[in-house]
Amino acid sequence: MELNKSLLLQIYRRMCLIRFFEETVIKIHGSGELIGPAHPYIGEEAVAVGACAALRSDDRIAGNHRSHGHPIAKGGSVKGAMAELLGKSGGFCKGKGGSMHLADFSVGILGESGIVASSVPIATGAALASKLSKKDFVSLVFFGDGASNQGACHESMNMASLWKLPVIFVCENNGYAITMSYKNSVSVEHISDRASAYGMPGVLVDGQDAIAVYEATTEAVERARNGAGPTLIEAMTYRFEDHSLGLEKVNKNPYRSDEEVIEARKRDPLKIHYNALISKTIATREELETISDEASEEIEKALEFARNSPYPEPDELFQDMWATPISEN
Amino acid sequence: MPITSYIKAIKDATAEEMRRDESVFTMGEDLRHSLYGASAGLVQEFGEDRVIDTPLSENGFFGAALGASLCGMRPIVETVTSFLWVGMDQMISQAAKMRYMFGGQATLPVTFRIRMFYARGAAAHHSDRNYPLFMNTPGLKILCPSNAYDAKGLLKSAVRDDDVCMMFEDGIAISSTTEVPNNEDIPSGELLVPFGKARVVLEGSDCTIVGIAGGVDHALKAAEQMKAEGVSLEVIDPRTLVPLDMSTILKSVEKTGRLVVVDPAHKVCSAASEIAATVAQEGFWSLQAPIMTVASEQVNIPYSPALEPLVYPTPAKVIDAVKKILT
Repeated sequence: MELNKSLLLQIYRRMCLIRFFEETVIKIHGSGELIGPAHPYIGEEAVAVGACAALRSDDRIAGNHRSHGHPIAKGGSVKGAMAELLGKSGGFCKGKGGSMHLADFSVGILGESGIVASSVPIATGAALASKLSKKDFVSLVFFGDGASNQGACHESMNMASLWKLPVIFVCENNGYAITMSYKNSVSVEHISDRASAYGMPGVLVDGQDAIAVYEATTEAVERARNGAGPTLIEAMTYRFEDHSLGLEKVNKNPYRSDEEVIEARKRDPLKIHYNALISKTIATREELETISDEASEEIEKALEFARNSPYPEPDELFQDMWATPISEN
Repeated sequence: MPITSYIKAIKDATAEEMRRDESVFTMGEDLRHSLYGASAGLVQEFGEDRVIDTPLSENGFFGAALGASLCGMRPIVETVTSFLWVGMDQMISQAAKMRYMFGGQATLPVTFRIRMFYARGAAAHHSDRNYPLFMNTPGLKILCPSNAYDAKGLLKSAVRDDDVCMMFEDGIAISSTTEVPNNEDIPSGELLVPFGKARVVLEGSDCTIVGIAGGVDHALKAAEQMKAEGVSLEVIDPRTLVPLDMSTILKSVEKTGRLVVVDPAHKVCSAASEIAATVAQEGFWSLQAPIMTVASEQVNIPYSPALEPLVYPTPAKVIDAVKKILT
């Protein structure tokens, strides 16, 4: 597959944005500035960024509670994301969604769901709309290995394949549903093996390698856009941090060994992409460092924006309930 | 005016809206063969793309309807009250919450048409009257037409509304027929019933009866019988529960000083108890007697014809309630 330099640099840039965003989140969560739960995407950046690099701006995505990486990968504003995490009115969702519900509809994001697998039917419906309205956008949904066991996934994949809908199911297999290893919760060796049961291609891909994810997704997007139906992609990845910030304070029984985490961290998706660009002489170290520095600066500015953004006013409590307003008598 | 059945009114509303707007389509189980009657002829007129038979996957296709609506479509989903349980995650976590939790970015013009069977020996798994539960979930508009006129007018309004609407099609009302005007006989050219506007079905002076869905029919029958005894009942049909037109109810209670609410749902945390609570708070000084609720007993629906009828409101129960507070 032919890869152009600007796309590969954009992949690096967005992975850096996610990494620095999450490192900032960890800091401000620790200091008490971020109050709610937050689920860091560190270690999984190549999945969202590689997959979204294969999409057009009018293609739709939906995701889950580990929600910071997906909108940034799709090109959503990091300012809007950071302000949302702080519950400010400048957030994507005006402070009403928070960390688990980031959504920037302006770049085709249909929202992240705090209930795992719950956005899988939503993305399937977006693909149905594409087909019914005779448009050619596709939809792509991110969900985890835990979510793959929900009925919503099964129902959606069956319908999508039955109706040949332009949807790409991307399972981010990070090894654990909180503390439950997927090896103890999935009845087949690979989640992608399940694709054959729905009559769609199942693709197993190295989720630490953004280029591999990009290539697998590009092929799936082509199929979808050509009317050949859905694809299930399982990207093998690893959550470098705990399930959610602060969980280590309550979770006393280790569910994964330190050695396992140390070993997994050796396959850092940012380093893998960096090394690929250098070894293939696509970019120089200086170019990549400039990208990284700029991304770091953008995140600092996002935090500043978020801090300066006002909290919503009390009268905003009842706003955004209805599109067609009602008057309660 | 022509006499129309409740089911034909729903079918006519669906067909009219599908003709008017290409983004309207309908999906559900057994639609093409019109298992529940209200989709007869639709597939012949609009084709399989716009009349979609779904697999038995409520959670999946409820969500698919929501996702399609986010991308400009206006789905009408047909289902049954008892199957709502299977799709609850999409109804509660997504349909009700998406717009608000995304700060108003999501627009979800989906109409759920929900057949509400009961009182026909279908036992516990096919006799649910569960609209109060959705009243308790912010973000859903709840419609409960008690006759064909309102069924047509509310459904057409729902399809044009930009929020998630749930229309509960009452199993008692559904067998009724009523006058529904032809579009050409209506000055505006078509029948649209607004949300949040109760209808005073019968004017009276001694006691207000608010009937929910099939409860309106019980109220009217009670009113007819009590008229012979010289008692004048005022019957109000709220038509929509979210939004709920409390001002019409409060105004009536101001006049009559008494209130009975008839609700086919189970009595605990019902539409009746909500209306009673609101009148107790906002209309207390108009009341001359305690408020009565006539709702379904707090028990599961038994199969036996010897037991099932004991559960639901009846005209006789309405009359008993009125007599208790008239003395």
